[in-house]
Amino acid sequence: MGAIDVSEIQTFVHDVVVIGAGGAGLRAAVAAAEEGLDVGVVCKSLLGKAHTVMAEGGAAAALGNADPRDNWKIHFRDTMRGGKFLNQWRMAELHAQQAPDRIRELEAWGAVFDRTADGRINQRNFGGHRYPRLAHVGDRTGLEMIRTLQDKAVHTAGVAVHMECTALRLLLDKGRVAGILAYWRDSGRFVLFKCKAVIMATGGFGRAWRVTSNSWEYTGDGQAMAYEAGAELMDVEFTQFHPTGMVWPPSVAGVLVTEGVRGEGGILTNNRGERFMFNYIPEKFAKETADTVEEGERWLDGDKTARRPPELLTRDVVARAIAAEVAAGRGSPHGGAFLDIASRRPAEVIKKKLPSMYHQFKELAEVDITKEAMEVGPTLHYAMGGIRVDHDTQMTRVPGLFAAGECGAGLHGANRLGGNSLSDLLVFGRLAGLGAASYIATVGDLEVSSDDVVAGIRKATAPLNRESGPNPYVVHDGLRDVMGRHVNIWRTREGLEKGLVEIARLQGVVGTVKAHGTSQFNPAWSEALDLPNLLLCAEMVARGALLREESRGAHSREDFQGERDEWGSRNIVIRKGADGAMETEVLERTAGPDGLAGIANASLEDLEGNRG
Amino acid sequence: MSTATGGHLAGFGDTHRRDAWWVGPVLTVLGLGVWLLYYAWAALQGEYYAAGPLLSPFYAPLLFADPSRAGAAAAEHAFFGSWPAWWPAFIPASPALLIGFLPGVFRMTCYYYRKAYYRAFFGMPPGCAVGPVPHDYRGETGLLLIQNLHRYTLYIAIALLPFLWFEALRSFVYEGQVGIGLGSVLLVVNAALLSGYTLGCHAWRHLVGGRLNCFSCDGGAEASHKAWSFTSWLNVRHMPFAWASLGWILLCDAYIRLVSMGVIQDPNTWSGAF
Amino acid sequence: MAERVLRAWRGDRSGGRFEDYTVEADPGMVVLDLVHRAQAGPAPDLACRWNCKAGKCGSCSMEINGRPRLACMTRVGDFAPDEPIVVQPLKAFPIIRDLVTDVRWNYQQNKRIAPFTPGPAPADGNYRMSQTDVDRVQEFRKCIECFLCQDTCHVIRDHDKKADFVGPRFMIRLASLDMHPLDTVDRIPAVRDSYGSGYCNITRCCTEVCPEHIGITDNAIIPLKERVVSRFYDPIAMAIRAFFGTKSEPGKRPMAAPQTKVP
Repeated sequence: MGAIDVSEIQTFVHDVVVIGAGGAGLRAAVAAAEEGLDVGVVCKSLLGKAHTVMAEGGAAAALGNADPRDNWKIHFRDTMRGGKFLNQWRMAELHAQQAPDRIRELEAWGAVFDRTADGRINQRNFGGHRYPRLAHVGDRTGLEMIRTLQDKAVHTAGVAVHMECTALRLLLDKGRVAGILAYWRDSGRFVLFKCKAVIMATGGFGRAWRVTSNSWEYTGDGQAMAYEAGAELMDVEFTQFHPTGMVWPPSVAGVLVTEGVRGEGGILTNNRGERFMFNYIPEKFAKETADTVEEGERWLDGDKTARRPPELLTRDVVARAIAAEVAAGRGSPHGGAFLDIASRRPAEVIKKKLPSMYHQFKELAEVDITKEAMEVGPTLHYAMGGIRVDHDTQMTRVPGLFAAGECGAGLHGANRLGGNSLSDLLVFGRLAGLGAASYIATVGDLEVSSDDVVAGIRKATAPLNRESGPNPYVVHDGLRDVMGRHVNIWRTREGLEKGLVEIARLQGVVGTVKAHGTSQFNPAWSEALDLPNLLLCAEMVARGALLREESRGAHSREDFQGERDEWGSRNIVIRKGADGAMETEVLERTAGPDGLAGIANASLEDLEGNRG
Repeated sequence: MSTATGGHLAGFGDTHRRDAWWVGPVLTVLGLGVWLLYYAWAALQGEYYAAGPLLSPFYAPLLFADPSRAGAAAAEHAFFGSWPAWWPAFIPASPALLIGFLPGVFRMTCYYYRKAYYRAFFGMPPGCAVGPVPHDYRGETGLLLIQNLHRYTLYIAIALLPFLWFEALRSFVYEGQVGIGLGSVLLVVNAALLSGYTLGCHAWRHLVGGRLNCFSCDGGAEASHKAWSFTSWLNVRHMPFAWASLGWILLCDAYIRLVSMGVIQDPNTWSGAF
Repeated sequence: MAERVLRAWRGDRSGGRFEDYTVEADPGMVVLDLVHRAQAGPAPDLACRWNCKAGKCGSCSMEINGRPRLACMTRVGDFAPDEPIVVQPLKAFPIIRDLVTDVRWNYQQNKRIAPFTPGPAPADGNYRMSQTDVDRVQEFRKCIECFLCQDTCHVIRDHDKKADFVGPRFMIRLASLDMHPLDTVDRIPAVRDSYGSGYCNITRCCTEVCPEHIGITDNAIIPLKERVVSRFYDPIAMAIRAFFGTKSEPGKRPMAAPQTKVP
């Protein structure tokens, strides 16, 4: 390859560049543009296709519409308890306080939520939430949100969207963010974005596993770029396995079955017809969970004195329970559990409340969920951990680099409650946009180093220019095997150590892969470019998981079962060391501020009806 | 066959579809063609359109009758009595011609039939993802703006419904005696199908409630919502109603014609033969 | 396991050809799985958009055996075992490469539709709308923007009237706004004049291909056409409005910005 003239590369200048056009990215873009900034949104897919569309159940916000006893404090308490107290106190507080306004704001931007009888936004029950709290639209809430935010963004002055454009690396000027290098997927041409701040909103990294609900875009690009630029990551060992993914047919294994099915009354049974969740109620939740079928039924009928049925326990509990039933030989024919809504609700109600589930099973599995039970099993769904940020501004330790949504860390701790991700991306997307705006006010002129750009281009074009090498799809497949075997729902020291060796081997191979064909819309090339990011994230998960010698939330160690007190006050932080190797640090948490700790440990009676 | 970028075909009727997409248009052409031929023949007859209490729906409402002709209705059956003397000799003296065009224009401007004949008769396009007849397409913006008068043809069609029901109910009374026969049942079903088709009309759906943006905003609108919901139920079934009512009316005419000609007998509670 | 032939169109603006790939098909597979198998084997650079693989994002739109479909929702088992499965890019939009087309025109249409504009919120910040009133709008908001309706619509597909007609996807967008109980913009003149409601001749192909089963023709386009009739072509309705002095629908105000056509 000859000399590269950086001045000839297509260049855009924005104040802020947002990477990712899911809910968090779009909300951040709107917030920054409303502060008068020029915002560029860079996304790998077409606008409106981001993974947010997959969210089904709803967005959690203590509006108190469906049950007036709800308020932000109870939402905060639920979030902390769900996250096993590893959440960042301030983020959980901001989230619970601001979520209701973010939801109302969406309605003013055109979202059409399901209604209560008196015409307000309706809310539904969900695992781990004390009260019906999820604003929803049937089972396609994510689609409603992404479409609303998409329309808002394209009609907001100052927002420019660059679709099908993949970010490759962050460009720094004396440690500050100064731009990004990217390429157009259609033409394969490189493009330079000069800016003063970058907001990462790139989602998770679920593509490292075979059974996952995540789309191809979920390759941890944001986490990897931030890591390379010097940012820290936190809580990465907590990878959420959603308890109910489809298990059959194989080609759709992992596709999500919304928790809304259980919220609407669906029950889990094993191959003996036993409603097994009653056997898996953790002590911590025993006081707030129904212990008889009869009480669970009363709760479903709206009896406010009854406690919720155990199917609505947090996701980690339900996922482990299903895995245990299958391991004990009580699984369904294709290795899952039965999820039954057919015998619980009339067909019309199911079709009205869960329309996309109805179609998904009808069209992909030839199962009519109004007549028969679904087969479901755990599927890799969400990364609780991610880029470590300042709690109020969402800025990382790299000046000018922000993160929001799934690729950020802090709100969810060891386990995320269903419905908290949609409100997360609204609340922290907005705060990241505002944070970027106030940061930019303090920044002068910046320079992008030509050497960095050239190095980035050379690295990116290497898989195309090689004479030969392994097929990137095969390498990716190898990674999925490694993660499935060694870094899955149950983990051991031995397995994780083997996993790390295997990941290191694949990291060697990925530097030699060959992408056949040209640079125009070449999926093999994009696979080759995404793979190193995915491998980096896989390594981080395995290192964090190896370090955390306990089972907490979404992280389960066969060799260290149960929560250990000493780990209850520790977060694991990962960064790139001075020598270029991955460095981990165990961080002792500071005690929560009195007010917040008090709320988190208060009894429900103390908090109910207190709308302060 | 010309091939464009993407491997697509561009000529009339060209497609990569391998299913029998042409069945729909062919059936439409056959169905409408046969129906129109039969109608043209039957409407020009002016004979054998009545038998006892039965009146062919092609001839209802009956404005004038010429009882001198074979199988015609009695003059008192007609709203305005005997056939007018001023009727020009060069036009066949058939009562069907006086009213037939009224439901005709309703069906011609119907949103369902428009689809059917744009596809089957005009090839614009003949099927989905099938090459259309090459032409300078202007849709319903030019001459076809006339289709926007569909709601006026609806008013006519609705006005005709009471007459059809009236004729259907009248067919239960023969020579002063109440009874029932196969012919009278056919006519009731006919009126019901035509009502189902007419009241499932898209224009009607707009008028009874679709025009509103808020059904719950005042008391009257709630009734609108009920009417709109009922019409919507019918509207989903507009195509089956369109074909069923079309076929049934032909069946009624053929049946009454055969009874009137004495070819078959109407099974009924009266004497049997009219 | 059975072998299937995937016949994919390979090429770009300058031309191309069909190529056959023989791939293994497992039970329950969809056409997108075959594309992925081809990518992992004989055709690593076969270009194809996809994201969720669950019929929720609308990315993998293509023409399969001549019909516009989502590859992730088209089961391989629905085709005869010895039949090759022919996949092509959408016809209505310019090709980029292989199965990928340039669909930016659609995004430009959305941009020229005035956004949702509600009146002021009540004092408690909660708008009120009954479920009855949002049912219609929610049906349209199920749209996943796969653009299969745009592709199959002969006005766009065969007659290329992109300057005159926004296409079915944006007719339902307009319907969702015009029927919204809280929206305050009068959109009906633009529905006729800039968005071209008259260009639809209701041949219903859009409704037939919609993977979300939205009643595009019956519930959105025809109701909009009827609203246009009330405004411009129905002398009685016009006389009533003239008599009572309302020029637009009650509670609606004329669209603020003039709607320009994008060529």
